[in-house]
Amino acid sequence: MLRKLLIAVAMVAGAAQPLFAADAASDPKGEFKAFRDYFTNRFPKVALDDFVNGPYSMDEGLRKQWKAIDEFPPYDFAIDKGKEMFATPFKNGKSYGDCFPNKGIGVRQDYPQFDAKSGQVITLDMALNNCREANGEKPFDYTKDDMAALTAYMAFTSRGKPMNIKIPDDPRALAAYTNGKRYFYTRRGQLNFSCASCHVQNPGNHIRTEVLAPALGIMNAMPIYRSAWGGMGTTSRRLRTCNSQVRGVPLPGESEEYRDVEYYLSYMANGLPISGPGTRP
Amino acid sequence: MRTRTLIGLAVAASVAGFASAAFAATADDYKAAEAKADAAIKQAHALKNEWTTTADAMKQAKAAASAGKFDEAVKHAQEAETLANASIAQSREQEKLWPDAVVR
Repeated sequence: MLRKLLIAVAMVAGAAQPLFAADAASDPKGEFKAFRDYFTNRFPKVALDDFVNGPYSMDEGLRKQWKAIDEFPPYDFAIDKGKEMFATPFKNGKSYGDCFPNKGIGVRQDYPQFDAKSGQVITLDMALNNCREANGEKPFDYTKDDMAALTAYMAFTSRGKPMNIKIPDDPRALAAYTNGKRYFYTRRGQLNFSCASCHVQNPGNHIRTEVLAPALGIMNAMPIYRSAWGGMGTTSRRLRTCNSQVRGVPLPGESEEYRDVEYYLSYMANGLPISGPGTRP
Repeated sequence: MRTRTLIGLAVAASVAGFASAAFAATADDYKAAEAKADAAIKQAHALKNEWTTTADAMKQAKAAASAGKFDEAVKHAQEAETLANASIAQSREQEKLWPDAVVR
């Protein structure tokens, strides 16, 4: 009798395992449609391409302020600096352009990419540092200044181009996508917030004085000039700030989780125009 | 009657104060509390879910210990351990719950 009971328990446990695995399993195409439908149904008055403008797509007053600020965009200095850096050869005579298709012009929408060789997600920021190291230069800090300037320039050359993220037929690519999705929906920090708590469940609502941006198209504006920072910041800097704001210890810039969540969110934004570099309060 | 009760309470409070002074934390007590907190923090770090408040409490614990204030140091180390354990519990719980939040 006891043996039968144990076998029954083992069978139930065995059957339950795949059910949970199926819950967490990824169907990128289906999830892409559900994600888009969620935002367009919730905000029927917001034009699809306008979601990339983050909080400005949610709040008319904020939008007016943004339009006024954008007459003299605060990120212009970063674009100029990035352009100069991009054109300046490394000590070995090569340049950033040699590391990218089309000499690095108008390619930002193709990042992040899954790299079959290394088996990991490569963001534009990481590709730039890989380029530097391959040419004997020291990598830049992933959170600000130089990296933000370089990516600002590259984003500027891609403005208006539709996000074009691919998930190749490789289980490792799907695993990276799923890991990004997991990170996005997992609550963390003492305040028990996930990325989705703000950017899926509460876009358009205020958190203190800030209007929360929708997750749809949130990566298209990167990098950003943020008034709260008084300067430019990269995707890693934004994610690290989000972590701190919920009282979580931030991860290192371009850590696997950050790259994977960028991969997931960028895939969700496929077809939406690049609007970076952006301005945020 | 009421006066007697008040006197009784005052005596009890002074005895309690004496008792706590008599059993003040030592450097060894702090080391034990610190070791427990460190173990929990290490686990939270492995789960990539440390809380900033845990780090703050540990910082306060170390500062108090350096100043020889071991009662305070033990209190902060225990607070850090509690916070680290809460973040571990949060991670364990979220491992199961996050798929429920996915937009489908």
